[in-house]
Amino acid sequence: MYSFEFEKPSTIAEAVAALGAEEAQALGGGQTLIPTLKQRLAAPAKLVSLSGIAELKGVCVEDDGALAIGGGTTHATVAREAADKYPALADLASHIGDPAVRNRGTIGGSLANNDPSACYPAAVLASGATIRTNSRDIAADDFFQGMFTTALADGEIITSVRFPVPQAANYQKFLQPASRFALVGVFVARFADGVRVAVTGASEDGVFRWTEAEQALSADFRPDAVKDLKVDPSGMIGDLHGSKEYRAHLVGVMTRRAVAAAG
Amino acid sequence: MAQVSMTVNGKSVSGDVEGRTLLSSFLRDHLSLTGTHVGCDTGQCGACVVHVNGESVKSCNMLAVEADGAEVGTIEGQANPDGSLNVIQQAFQEHHGLQCGFCTPGMVMSAAALLKENPKPTEAEIREYLEGNICRCTGYHNIVKAIMAASGQDVGAIAAE
Repeated sequence: MYSFEFEKPSTIAEAVAALGAEEAQALGGGQTLIPTLKQRLAAPAKLVSLSGIAELKGVCVEDDGALAIGGGTTHATVAREAADKYPALADLASHIGDPAVRNRGTIGGSLANNDPSACYPAAVLASGATIRTNSRDIAADDFFQGMFTTALADGEIITSVRFPVPQAANYQKFLQPASRFALVGVFVARFADGVRVAVTGASEDGVFRWTEAEQALSADFRPDAVKDLKVDPSGMIGDLHGSKEYRAHLVGVMTRRAVAAAG
Repeated sequence: MAQVSMTVNGKSVSGDVEGRTLLSSFLRDHLSLTGTHVGCDTGQCGACVVHVNGESVKSCNMLAVEADGAEVGTIEGQANPDGSLNVIQQAFQEHHGLQCGFCTPGMVMSAAALLKENPKPTEAEIREYLEGNICRCTGYHNIVKAIMAASGQDVGAIAAE
């Protein structure tokens, strides 16, 4: 790891000011960033820890019933505290990485990183969530802009994520056997006005909505409704863990399993 | 350099560290607590698991400055006050939950965190909880048995694989 200056502010305003420095980088739980720094794939001049900011932490229900989760909330906390309010989301959080990773890793860090195989982007996109930052609100449909790319500007911090709670939802993850990341993960969420389906792990463009499945499931919320739909393998990730065709096939399988489990 | 202070196994400690100093390095190199092992150094193997404010974390994946002011627990603090092995360590010995022993500190620390959260875990819950602790010797079976035994449950119920 290259040397860097370290700062640990206690408010969002101080963090935003600290991130205004040249080559400054925010540090969430560090479960991706620290290994990245060790490999010298990133070399920030300054690391600004967000872990000392109390206002970034916590899970609460808003007046309209939506669930708001602070950007600095760990996966373990979401797994515990969202269990009654949004069980599918809590279940997803409870299967990210391993227990020690879940005790450090944060929802804001995961979303800002936008790993193409991360779990949270699927929940955020399928829920039609809103990403709130220190300066604006960003709709999930506008936030994810391809592998490791988001709408966040330099120095912009995810302060919270607002999840509308669906009537029924489920996340199904097919594990990549070595990394335990999603080889393909599908989050299905049924709302009064339609169904949203988001897929992670599969596409070279990162998380995406499977709109054909959304239309079919909005008309008929049963696994059979999507059994004849095919996903185009071009644009899927192909590697030693699974070909493009294999991932395209898994998108259908995981979607059907998620619909069956959501009931 | 920054000064960090924390409580490690009940004792107040402090030291001067760089921003990039990992908690695992601080424990091993500054405090000479070499029971915390660094296996993969990528956050995957779990040999470096310690407790920070009562929660298991991978100490090779956390900066020492981030643990400033925290209560840290390591394998050196696990034995009973009289120096005898605690119930988890004793169970690892009795059920042959280790061979080379390299992963054992992390296994014991993870097991302690699990049993605090879930005092009577099922076999499946133990196996799932140990997902981030890799052992290349035992095949995990005796580790699972040891944790079942440490939780006061019958290990005979675990079928040989």
